[in-house]
Amino acid sequence: MEKDITLQVNGKQHSLRVDPSTPLLYVLRNELELNGPKYGCGHEVCGACMVLLDGVAVPSCRVPVESMEGRKITTLEGLIRPDGTLHPVQRAFVQEQAAQCGYCLNGMVIAAVALLDSNKNPDDAAIRAGMERNLCRCGTQTRIMKAIQRAAKES
Amino acid sequence: MKESAYSPQQSRRKFISSLGCLTIGFSLTGTRWAEATPSPSALALPGSLTIEDRIDAWLEVLADGRVRVFTGKMELGQGIRTAIAQVAAEELELDLTQVEVHLAETGRTPNEGYTAGSGSMEHSAMAVRHAAAAARQQLLGLAAQHWNTRPEQLNLSAGQVRKTGTNQVLSFAQLLNGKQLEGEVKPSVKLKPKSEYRYVGKAIPRTDIERMTRGESVYVQDIRLPGMVHARVVRPPAYRARLEAFDEKNFKVPGLLKTVINGSFVAVVTEQEYQAVQAQQRAREHARWSQPQPLLPSGQDLEAYIITLPTRSQNVKSQGTVSPLDQPDARTLRASYYKPYQMHGSIGPSCAVALYEGNTLHVWTHTQGVYPLRDALAKMLNMDPDKVHLKGVPGSGCYGHNGADDVAADAALVAVAYPGKPVRMQWMREDEHAWEPYGSAMRMEAEARMDNTGRISHWRYALWSDSHSSRPGGNPGNLLAARYLEKPFNPPGSGYAGGAFRNSEPYYAIPNYQIDVHTFEGPLRVSALRSLGAYGNVFAIESFMDELSVKAQKDPLDFRIMHSTDERAIAVMQKLKEMVRPVKTGPNEGIGVAFSRYKNTATYCAVAAKVAVDKATGQVKLQQLWGVIDAGEVINLDGVINQTEGGMVQSASWTLKEEVLFDQQHVSSRDWTSYPIFRYSDVPIVEVAVIPRPHEEPLGAGEAAQGPTAAAVVNAIYRASGKRIRHLPVRAEEVAG
Ligand code: FES
Ligand code: FES
Repeated sequence: MEKDITLQVNGKQHSLRVDPSTPLLYVLRNELELNGPKYGCGHEVCGACMVLLDGVAVPSCRVPVESMEGRKITTLEGLIRPDGTLHPVQRAFVQEQAAQCGYCLNGMVIAAVALLDSNKNPDDAAIRAGMERNLCRCGTQTRIMKAIQRAAKES
Repeated sequence: MKESAYSPQQSRRKFISSLGCLTIGFSLTGTRWAEATPSPSALALPGSLTIEDRIDAWLEVLADGRVRVFTGKMELGQGIRTAIAQVAAEELELDLTQVEVHLAETGRTPNEGYTAGSGSMEHSAMAVRHAAAAARQQLLGLAAQHWNTRPEQLNLSAGQVRKTGTNQVLSFAQLLNGKQLEGEVKPSVKLKPKSEYRYVGKAIPRTDIERMTRGESVYVQDIRLPGMVHARVVRPPAYRARLEAFDEKNFKVPGLLKTVINGSFVAVVTEQEYQAVQAQQRAREHARWSQPQPLLPSGQDLEAYIITLPTRSQNVKSQGTVSPLDQPDARTLRASYYKPYQMHGSIGPSCAVALYEGNTLHVWTHTQGVYPLRDALAKMLNMDPDKVHLKGVPGSGCYGHNGADDVAADAALVAVAYPGKPVRMQWMREDEHAWEPYGSAMRMEAEARMDNTGRISHWRYALWSDSHSSRPGGNPGNLLAARYLEKPFNPPGSGYAGGAFRNSEPYYAIPNYQIDVHTFEGPLRVSALRSLGAYGNVFAIESFMDELSVKAQKDPLDFRIMHSTDERAIAVMQKLKEMVRPVKTGPNEGIGVAFSRYKNTATYCAVAAKVAVDKATGQVKLQQLWGVIDAGEVINLDGVINQTEGGMVQSASWTLKEEVLFDQQHVSSRDWTSYPIFRYSDVPIVEVAVIPRPHEEPLGAGEAAQGPTAAAVVNAIYRASGKRIRHLPVRAEEVAG
């Protein structure tokens, strides 16, 4: 039972024919060939699949794609500036070398962008609270927190 | 070898552009070289040169003058690509951008076995260093010939040879003139003096991190091939359950292309990924499985149970006599410790892509060992290993033997049953949690006697553990799926016992000691988890050292130093002392320390932990961790720091939170709610100091912190609360009061 659906992703409209109950994540990865959002748990508890939905960081692994029509979706790729330069948060992750395997990095960057949009100068507690939904198994959290502080300073 | 018919120009272009990254692309070209026996002189060479000493097996000069380096090791998030590039650029005087690193691939890179045991620097980087030095010699020789001058009159920089004092330059590619580097690396090859290093030892940033932040294709999960189909595996409800019936007639789901049933191995193939997810769920309703014996006799406590199991027992090492310990008195101490099953818990569940076409099987995999897995897959499928081509592509961090090999076997079985199309096999979260091979549960018993100066005179230690490695190693019985086939391959029985007693000897001068290991076969599937038995053994030994230091009324670090004879061990502990000396502790706060030398032959690591304990609730807040590490010669300083920071945080999570639970039927820790790990609110501040030893062997830093961190955390809890935690994970009820 496929349906025509229009999605607004990274500033572009996409007309797709998909099963409307498909979780957004699979559509982003497979139909739009975006690598940013990652499959981690499918239960909205690890954050690997996060995207910005109208500026708010949300997991994309469960929400049915049909409920996304008319919403503004931004993925990791969409944070890159039109001239190809990185968003300050992405840049800060590079500068702090805030990754090991990097599998969690998509969700970390997305959550950090949303956090800094709502709080320009988060303290340690606010950073932890803002990032609490995102898991990292490599133990890179301390570097990520430094990257967020750096991005807050530099933007 | 001819290009596979599968890759006509158009799909190849699409393939490459959709991958956007060279290291994944161009992988269907097949064999670059064949495995050969190294020359007899190779045995005198360092690292992996003993298995492959031809220069061109390690390095290739590209037409544009850049150099491609081949490593048989895998990128696991430890930054090996950058470290290997640093070493090659150093010897060949290249810019880092002129070096490309090709990760493990059968038929293309040397067979370096597994990327494990923190051996990549020691084995692969050292081979590359010497091969690059030999290449440098050869290139200078060619240039000297060309200009009819002596090599001393030549200068190497940025991929070019210059005749000193002239403007005459030749690129590496021009010098080779269409040929490749030749010959073998000789033991006498002259290395660049370490005092002239520009890259090695520095904190060179990893280039893959920017690619990750851009959402470029980095992982095996990101591979998209034309015509690719999606697969999921339908695992039984219990390890020993067998498929009795599958109602294929009534199994209908949208997009279903094939149901693969081979004995008790069941998998579904669909057009779209979400269809595969749904098909996997629906297939469970159509499968009837046998009911095997329960995993544990009911009501049995695991720790009590494992010591009742039949064991293979062996003495690890003994010296002098420990009989005075048979008469316990005021100078003796005795304690037992326990660690539960713990899981790797990769954030991205395992994934593989496989394509069977024209009698050849291609598998893109995040395995830690492409060659051993190739051999196991070939045996499972009854194929010629030359017709099985594996390409290593990074996955989510694995920390040992997780589901990587198993998912590759699943993908291979499906690809062979559904030929001609690339099959993407993705494990779901539950598949990884419930079926990965865990780090074994362990029980450790320690006894010691001290003389009246507080010196340990006698030490007895025994441990109970299951195996710590059941990697495929060419044996299909170690691949999960192979055990369920119509013609099943049986697990080869107990794996590597050496993993269990890794670090079971204390690294201290004790005149009389006895160390015994008892290996059992426990209820859960097990294999290598970061540091293997060292985590449990160092947790026990270093907790016990803390108990002894209290009894001897000595400072815990001084107590360890007084039992140490190795200057490098003493140096990391002295440095740790300096780091924590200024730290103040408030009420209900405490600092604990621990030390170990990984494998007793490799990296030195001392760790301190600071905790605050809420006595009423028993809640432990880990505030800070300090680590000091001596990993010998450092290749990438930031790499060592990053690995150590991460290792400490991960070990603290294991110690404070983690335990694989199971019921009568199977593992019940099936998601992040039933198997919680550290979140941001749990993560301490971490600080790592590195003691560089440029003239020592490079040792690898990935596993050194696991054991000492566990002990430092529980020792800190003791200092904060007076409660001695001997059973992991730490439980609030044992800390409260
Ligand atoms: S994959 Fe969506 S939160 Fe884990
Ligand atoms: S960097 Fe590997 S999971 Fe976070």
